[in-house]
Amino acid sequence: MKLNSKIPSGPLAEKWTNHKFNIKLVNPANKRKYEIIVVGTGLAGASAAASLAELGYNVKAFCFQDSPRRAHSIAAQGGINAAKNYQNDGDSVFRLFYDTIKGGDYRSREGNVYRLAQVSVNIIDQCVAQGVPFAREYGGLLANRSFGGAQVSRTFYARGQTGQQLLLGAYSALSRQVANGKVKLYPRTEMMDVVVVDGKARGIVTRNLITGAIESHSAHAVLLCTGGYGNVFFLSTNAMGSNVTAAWRAHKKGAFFSNPCYTQIHPTCIPVSGDHQSKLTLMSESLRNDGRVWVPKTIEIAEKLRKREIAPRDIKEEDRDYYLETKYPSFGNLVPRDVASRNAKHVCDEGRGVNETGEAVFLDFRDAILRDGEDAVRGKYGNLFDMYQQITGENPYKTPMKIYPAVHYTMGGLWVDYNLMTTVPGLYALGEANFSDHGANRLGASALMQGLADGYFVAPYTVGDYLAGLSYEKVPEEHPEFRKAEDEVKARVKQLLEINGSKTVDHFHKKLGKIMWNHCGMARNAAGLTKAKEMIRALKEEFWSDVKVLGTGEELNLSLEKAHRVADFLELGELMVEDALHRNESCGGHFRDEYQTPEGEALRDDENFAYVAAWEYLGDGKDEALHKEELVFENVKLTQRSYK
Amino acid sequence: MNLTLKVWRQKNASDKGDFKTYKISGISADMSFLEMLDVLNEDLSDKGEDPVHFDHDCREGICGMCSLYINGQPHGPNQTTTCQLHMRSFKDGDTITIEPWRARAFPIVKDLVVDRSAFDRIIQSGGYVSVNTGGVPDANEIPIPKVIADEAFDSATCIACGACVAACKNASAMLFVSAKISQLALLPQGKVEKRGRAEKMVAQMDAEGFGACTNTGACSAECPKEIKQSNIARMNREYFTASVSTEKV
Ligand SMILES: Cc1cc2nc3c(=O)[nH]c(=O)nc-3n(C[C@H](O)[C@H](O)[C@H](O)COP(=O)(O)OP(=O)(O)OC[C@H]3O[C@@H](n4cnc5c(N)ncnc54)[C@H](O)[C@@H]3O)c2cc1C
Ligand code: FES
Repeated sequence: MKLNSKIPSGPLAEKWTNHKFNIKLVNPANKRKYEIIVVGTGLAGASAAASLAELGYNVKAFCFQDSPRRAHSIAAQGGINAAKNYQNDGDSVFRLFYDTIKGGDYRSREGNVYRLAQVSVNIIDQCVAQGVPFAREYGGLLANRSFGGAQVSRTFYARGQTGQQLLLGAYSALSRQVANGKVKLYPRTEMMDVVVVDGKARGIVTRNLITGAIESHSAHAVLLCTGGYGNVFFLSTNAMGSNVTAAWRAHKKGAFFSNPCYTQIHPTCIPVSGDHQSKLTLMSESLRNDGRVWVPKTIEIAEKLRKREIAPRDIKEEDRDYYLETKYPSFGNLVPRDVASRNAKHVCDEGRGVNETGEAVFLDFRDAILRDGEDAVRGKYGNLFDMYQQITGENPYKTPMKIYPAVHYTMGGLWVDYNLMTTVPGLYALGEANFSDHGANRLGASALMQGLADGYFVAPYTVGDYLAGLSYEKVPEEHPEFRKAEDEVKARVKQLLEINGSKTVDHFHKKLGKIMWNHCGMARNAAGLTKAKEMIRALKEEFWSDVKVLGTGEELNLSLEKAHRVADFLELGELMVEDALHRNESCGGHFRDEYQTPEGEALRDDENFAYVAAWEYLGDGKDEALHKEELVFENVKLTQRSYK
Repeated sequence: MNLTLKVWRQKNASDKGDFKTYKISGISADMSFLEMLDVLNEDLSDKGEDPVHFDHDCREGICGMCSLYINGQPHGPNQTTTCQLHMRSFKDGDTITIEPWRARAFPIVKDLVVDRSAFDRIIQSGGYVSVNTGGVPDANEIPIPKVIADEAFDSATCIACGACVAACKNASAMLFVSAKISQLALLPQGKVEKRGRAEKMVAQMDAEGFGACTNTGACSAECPKEIKQSNIARMNREYFTASVSTEKV
């Protein structure tokens, strides 16, 4: 199958405008004859569901939390980018486009990224109109800050709770449509499968998490807005429930999965403290604006620190290595995430880590406090400092924070064309669930932008284009394909409950996480990846013969829910390893030890790997087939990324 | 540390439910409260007993999904969410009593899990600005004084966990409702509909079976996001001006 990205022809700046003009429209009076399923109520899902309902379509919205407002998007802290150029510092749509392409290490599509930069400005207008309380200056206008690898101030924020405020905005729009009778909500409901009839997505099968009922929902189009799969690593900054199930089920029904190995490891997280740990906490990247990253210059001093023989403040200036500032004089502590993370790993691997586990570096606010005063620092980061103290028991005003990289975001996801449609007609993927805009590395404050761009401003047009060519008839929920999918889900529930083995679901999840982190994490190599593949296969077999899932299928059953998710993570893990193994280059979040410059930076191979990898599922136990979508760059020149 | 846990167990909404006592050991001060419960659940699963069900998701104090009434206080002894509570707040040998939120409008689903969909229905009744996607003015067209924006933010920070309801002897939802009404009433974008909004949301709140507010302040004292009681005063103002004006809905 030849992948067609359907990028409109014509000059970059006119593609989206022309496309919007060329796509088919559904007559306003006929929109109510169509039913659309939106799975997920995060930024992407809530904005899409609300916008489609406003247009007149009938929408069913699903999430596994008890309320749509609790989707994982709520946890985003730092901010959202938009090319408003309110600061008059030289920003523009083209610059945001350029930064995103470069930041993604030239592994994303020009057409998609340009559109993202274009609609970014509308997002801010929309959110303000909804009553989102963004930060403001004394003059009453919106405030901006610079964020994660950008040299202009284009990030809009709401203290350290930007995701919360944006999601509550989208949730309020969604709630309004529920009141209007255009959206029907299904909280505490998990999508278990996509139903494909005559080659088109025609609905989903769900499990009611309270009663366990397996149900079918028919529709004209299905939008998956189900977030990322970082929890394959067990420990990540994602919410506990974040999972790959919806995307993975779709994959098994024919949707190609792209670039699964592109994982973002965020440099500023609270280090792991022990085996009991259930998740990792992000310390917003904005901290790098004022905090300085360092480790001791020598292993000897680091050892003394680890044994608590000396305190960080005792270490003299000349014994400190501000390694980011030295190595990257122009970006310093603000280098992109992949670069910052890799360097942290590097100094820790050298034996210069600063906590008991040897896996932590300092993020120090001493100089900012001396320069601006403690109150100013508290004003900017107070809530983050409190959170840090709450978790670690240490006071970051007095002693430097300790941070270490952690899994945070997945750039890979379901392959989609310019219309955000997967390889299954009628099945769309929005937000973190798709692979589209961030290439091999995402810039800070760009995921919120992409989720809302997809949901508010792209899908409402492109889904209409598809529906305009479809009859109003719905496939009845009694159709054999629905029945078959229901039976499969029921059989899987039964199977999981009947294994009655000796190990808990978490046992397997933790083991998988360790394999992924050690062999498919911040740095990978062929030998490790090959080993990981074997290990995952063995673990999968063990899971299906020895997992213990208690309770029944007809009640709220948290271990059963988790078992479904972990079973899918086990399969995804194998594909991630496969993808990482086949990509014989380093780019963005994918760093292969074998491919680096003499200075230790990622070494791309544009000649052989400037493509999107799209994997096709061919059946259980079979290797997946690789399809390639060549990336064409007409507006930027591919260069070695440099932040020196 | 070693602890004794008295946990509310209830199979489903119609079950009567009662406390069960568990001993747990090997808990470190660095663990979060929910990680302590994870340990309990792994123990229970190993023994073939049904794990204790509780709601949680972000474990960062922002999604509002976790709840738990711990030793008679919503979210336990500190003014944080349960997921941000760490075991260093307890001592070796402590007995900890863990119950679900108790309120008529929050029926128990299982063990410590309750149904808070009443909150969603209150927002659906009017907790929004009626704008469609597209066709809105430029974001900087209406300047908003920083103090107003900050005040609106303080109200907007509510996570809808329901601790205010659990803390209140009348199980009133006034703090939750007033926070949303205040946020939107403060901002020019939300002012247009402020009267009707207050009326509709209060009506829905009453219909859901939440109790009356007697101004004890227990709600904001327990609120992990420090939502202020002044929100309730503002809401009352909005509500009474609405009911004496002609702007009826
Ligand atoms: C701690 C943290 C901080 C972040 N900070 C920033 C930031 O400052 N700026 C930025 O741009 N990005 C940030 N990000 C990234 C960003 O938050 C996410 O990428 C983005 O919010 C994802 O939104 P989404 O709508 O795609 O998915 P999500 O918000 O993850 O929503 C997924 C939805 O799908 C539902 N769902 C999933 N599976 C199923 C299923 N099988 N059945 C039914 N429903 C299902 C869930 O219930 C949920 O409603 C941050 C991420 C983290 C972890
Ligand atoms: S789990 Fe999200 S607030 Fe506690």
